[in-house]
Amino acid sequence: MSETLLTVLAGAMVLGLSAGALGCFAVLRRHSLLGDALAHAALPGVCLAFLLGSWAGFDPKHPLLLAGGALCTAWIGTLLILGITRTTRLKQDAAIGIVLSVFFGAGMVLLTIVQGMGNAQQAGLDKFLFGQAAALTRNDVIVMSAFAAVVLGALLVFYRPFKLLVFDAEHAASLGIRVKRYEVLLVTLMVVAVVLGLRTVGVVLMAAMLVTPAAAARQWTDRLGLMIALAGGFGMAAGAAGAWISALEARIPTGPIIVLSATALLLISLLVSPRRGLLWAWVRRRRNRRRVRVENLLKDFWRLAERDNGYGRPRALSDVMAVRGAVSRAVDDAESTGFIRKAGTQLQLTDKGLMRAARVVRNHRIWEAYLSNRLDLADDHLHRDAEDMEHVLDDEVIEQIDAALGHPAKDPHGRPIPRGAPA
Amino acid sequence: MSTVLEYHDLTVAYHTRPVLWDVDLSLPDGKLVAIVGPNGAGKSTLLKATLDLVPLSSGYVRVFGTHYDKARGRVAYVPQRESVDWDFPSTVLDVVMMGRYGKLGWFRRPSAEDRAAALDALKKVGMNSYADRQISRLSGGQQQRTFLARALVQDADLYLMDEPFAGVDAVTERTIIAILHELRDAGRTVVCVHHDLQTVPEYFDWVVLLNMRLIAAGPIEEVFTTEHLNHTYGGRLAILESAATSLLRRNRGART
Repeated sequence: MSETLLTVLAGAMVLGLSAGALGCFAVLRRHSLLGDALAHAALPGVCLAFLLGSWAGFDPKHPLLLAGGALCTAWIGTLLILGITRTTRLKQDAAIGIVLSVFFGAGMVLLTIVQGMGNAQQAGLDKFLFGQAAALTRNDVIVMSAFAAVVLGALLVFYRPFKLLVFDAEHAASLGIRVKRYEVLLVTLMVVAVVLGLRTVGVVLMAAMLVTPAAAARQWTDRLGLMIALAGGFGMAAGAAGAWISALEARIPTGPIIVLSATALLLISLLVSPRRGLLWAWVRRRRNRRRVRVENLLKDFWRLAERDNGYGRPRALSDVMAVRGAVSRAVDDAESTGFIRKAGTQLQLTDKGLMRAARVVRNHRIWEAYLSNRLDLADDHLHRDAEDMEHVLDDEVIEQIDAALGHPAKDPHGRPIPRGAPA
Repeated sequence: MSTVLEYHDLTVAYHTRPVLWDVDLSLPDGKLVAIVGPNGAGKSTLLKATLDLVPLSSGYVRVFGTHYDKARGRVAYVPQRESVDWDFPSTVLDVVMMGRYGKLGWFRRPSAEDRAAALDALKKVGMNSYADRQISRLSGGQQQRTFLARALVQDADLYLMDEPFAGVDAVTERTIIAILHELRDAGRTVVCVHHDLQTVPEYFDWVVLLNMRLIAAGPIEEVFTTEHLNHTYGGRLAILESAATSLLRRNRGART
């Protein structure tokens, strides 16, 4: 592995780690857009630092000088947003919009001035717009790591007040936590995390490095500590992937690839994470629909059997399906789950099927009895509601209702309420 | 009976709109106090002014005879349930432990005693089996009970609660009122912003009627009158009628 690639890799990972970890607080505090504004507000600072450096005779492109300038204007921009929100009637989104465009506009003007200076040094300043990881030097990475250590260290030290502030600021204040002070500290850390990534990812895309890994991490865990660790890990992985992929071909820009890698992680998380993932939600819904379908079929079976008291008797497929048009898919599902046996065109409930059928019918009729008894709903309003509830109610609730109603033998329509499978 | 809370000439304004105007009030200890008034009457603001969360335009608040800063260890606050995002990545026990952070500071790890206190508070509110539940998966009533448990672990002498009964189920309402009575019987003071006039005489000892200005404050029997309510709510007679009825009901019950 070449020295250049190693440098870029290290820089991108440091940037991903600190932005990802800190981004959790930004996302949870709904300050995601604030990150975008302060990244844009860093641009005029970079240009001013360069101008100041060339005027005073320093190395105008020293990483510390440029980072210092970026920190200054990004911080001023951020405080301006907080100040506007606190003292005027403007809402935060308006304040963010104003500050972002004013500072970025000023930055672009300054950038044009710098580029018109004809100073050989100025080449590359425009790389702050979209970042240029390939130009990272060892020194850059050392400066970045120092900043990252400060950010992560502060996160560790102030973890508890930050957590309280983000969850419930008023309660935190009532405990004696200086909420305003910690809020300023938190956004200051955000500014540092953003500035340390500017060389690599650029002002335009940097906000994504705060928001995307944090949003992805939220999908996987319900613990704040773990979320922060995961987001840091995701950020690092995205940084590494971006650096690696862009090294394969000379013309692939690193910053955008890092951001796209993080986005890929987010998309995967949104899809497949347990509980919150869309894929699992879809699977659950499908499974649920299938269960409802099968239970409805079993109930139809039961109602047929009630007519002639022949619960275990085989019945013609067409008779069962005629009760209210059950679909053949339900028959297949019920067979594969072991609720019914199929012999030619004859269907028969298994013991398991009989038990389940009794349970569904029981849920339905007890619920109807409850609605009619306790909520005084008219009889013709009962059925549709019970159609849904029979699949949802668990045994414990049903037993409670049953006891509360004094174990009724019949539902409001006069049909018997089964207790377990018939002998 | 000593004074727990004292407000003098208290005026609070948001931007230029006054929310509280010239409030003079003192509340005795060991009472269950309801703050009652129409929407926008400044009820929540009165609590926030007590906790030094909003700037005062004039006047002062004394908590246990001193500034809130010096009394904060003896005060627990339960904000409105809707004021936080319940999708925050945290468990029920986690949130309850936050009540101990005021005493733990930044670093000190929670001791076994802190944990026991948190679990005990959860048991009191009937939530002990939910300790490890993610807070986004709680019902409204369970959220409210979690907040109450967080306040209980603060082991305070004064509890300030913003609408603890808003939108909760019957079980939660019974649980909360039982705990409030227990606190009062142990000599603590509880001040609740309350919306349901019907239950004021049943649940509380004292009432503060507020509509930007202080209308009246004192023991329910003396102060919770149709005339005062009329004053507080303007012309909304339907509510007042029913509230007065429940007051009568209570008084009749007290005499037999």
